[in-house]
Amino acid sequence: MYQEIILEHYRRPLHAGLREPFDAQVQHINPTCGDEVTLRVTLKEADGEPVLADVSYEALGCSISQASVSVMADMIIGKTVSEAMQVSDDFLRLMQSRGEIEPDEDVLGDAVAFEGVSKYPARIKCALLGWMAWKDATARAMGGLDGNAADQGAADGTGSSHD
Amino acid sequence: MTISEGTDRRADRLDVEAVRADFPILGRAVRGGNRLIYLDSGATSQKPRQVLDAERDFYTTHNAAAHRGAHLLGEEATDAYENARARVATFLNAEPDEIVFTKSATEAVNLVAYAMSNAATAGQAASRLAVGPGDEVLITEMEHHANLVPWQQLCQRTGATLRWFGVTPEGRLDLSNMDELITAKTKIVAVTHQSNVTGTVPPVAEIAAAAHSHGALVLADGAQSVPHQPVDVTVLGADFLVFSAHKMLGPSGIGVLWGRRELLAAMPPFITGGSMIEVVRMEGSTFLPPPERFEAGVPAAAQAVGLAAACDYLDALGMQNVAAHEEALTAHALDVVGGIQGVRILGPLDTEHRGGAVSFVVTGIHPHDVGQVLDELGIAVRTGHHCAWPLHRALHAQSSTRASFYVYNTHDEVDALADGIRQAQKFFGTGFFGTEFIESA
Repeated sequence: MYQEIILEHYRRPLHAGLREPFDAQVQHINPTCGDEVTLRVTLKEADGEPVLADVSYEALGCSISQASVSVMADMIIGKTVSEAMQVSDDFLRLMQSRGEIEPDEDVLGDAVAFEGVSKYPARIKCALLGWMAWKDATARAMGGLDGNAADQGAADGTGSSHD
Repeated sequence: MTISEGTDRRADRLDVEAVRADFPILGRAVRGGNRLIYLDSGATSQKPRQVLDAERDFYTTHNAAAHRGAHLLGEEATDAYENARARVATFLNAEPDEIVFTKSATEAVNLVAYAMSNAATAGQAASRLAVGPGDEVLITEMEHHANLVPWQQLCQRTGATLRWFGVTPEGRLDLSNMDELITAKTKIVAVTHQSNVTGTVPPVAEIAAAAHSHGALVLADGAQSVPHQPVDVTVLGADFLVFSAHKMLGPSGIGVLWGRRELLAAMPPFITGGSMIEVVRMEGSTFLPPPERFEAGVPAAAQAVGLAAACDYLDALGMQNVAAHEEALTAHALDVVGGIQGVRILGPLDTEHRGGAVSFVVTGIHPHDVGQVLDELGIAVRTGHHCAWPLHRALHAQSSTRASFYVYNTHDEVDALADGIRQAQKFFGTGFFGTEFIESA
């Protein structure tokens, strides 16, 4: 489970720290352990499509949750929102796979290192904390879905709370 | 450190190997083919075959809905259920009609809290329990969420004010402002009888004496005390005591509320339905006396029988011996775990007024990661805030790892825990952060 990539991101997280300007900020908490992430999303337009200009965050949590948000930020900054959503969906599928599916490294990059986490149900929430925060923040930045994220959190098994 | 291993171990009269032979689950292998080292009894205890057999015997020979039916099995099931009630009463030195079976300790706290808000509209007898604006409900910062959130909610429903005792940096209850906190406005004081995080055993009798002198009621949360130390309600001082069976070698799905007879008699029901009524008409209903008034629905008879068997098992060991065994394990753990560089114990560092829950933080390693490394070694511990978030905040810990002990644990297992923590430190190369995980807000 503790792949070297995970430990690397844990020790030296990428894109950490909260940056200005931003379009939306959320705080998500894992209620079973109190781990939390505060995450900001900054969007820009490119060729008529929303693109993630920046994803910045402050995270307090275990190696899995910290490394996961670091890997995520590194992968999705610069991507269009729809590309990033695709990665996010694939990551969620991987986490729910109980180790039964072969992750696609072309899509998931460093995030394939979390394959082992999917075999430990108690840790899946840790790996998803940052991704769920990002989805919520992006939905808010796009100007919709206000207040729906809590329902989404309940549905995918992650708790959430908002600023 | 007051540890004196020789003395502690001599006082330990439990034949642990004989006890372990009663617990089938302790024989199974876990991750990596390791033998299970179960250090999470504070969350739920394992069950001896005597308890499992008692439940199975009920189902195989007596099963029926208790307090219903005119048939033989119905009678036997009713007897089994009521005998279980009497057995639990004996365990606590209480009277059977003061024992209310609930689903859990959590439900038992809610039963009292809801009885207090329902009291406003339940007639004259219940009025002494009613709370409203100007009244105060007093709890502590040390509480499990189960003895905290129901009181917040009671205050929200009634307009009463919630107040609380703080904790000292050592994880003891700070009683220095007791005179200020317990006043004529105080309607009830709800306090843990043994912290599920720090093991602290607050002086319930002293708090109760102060509360009673102002006419306030006292509820003690015995979820962590009743399984681990002798508890006699005639000396405890509280008016209510709650606990659950599954933490004391019994089955899950059943808990207990003990309450003083005259208080239970004055309390309106919480959960209503069948079994708890006297007469039902379309216009309204009247209710049975306690304890039935608080036991709507078909009783959890098999679980009650299992709980009674757990009482038998613990009494056969002797609760003094159980407490002495855990004290020896706790002293050992405080020594070998507390002695690891980079480990901070949350709570008292000696076994004085302290039970066998040892929570700790390891500098630079998140509790989830400590727990994961221990799990790979077959050691089951709890990680997180253990349903006591405010207490963690007060002790400046974002979360912690908790080892909790019971009758089947050994000194070798305590040593294995300490070794496991050292392995986690090695694996994560502790020191790259050099800080503890501190609650940020």
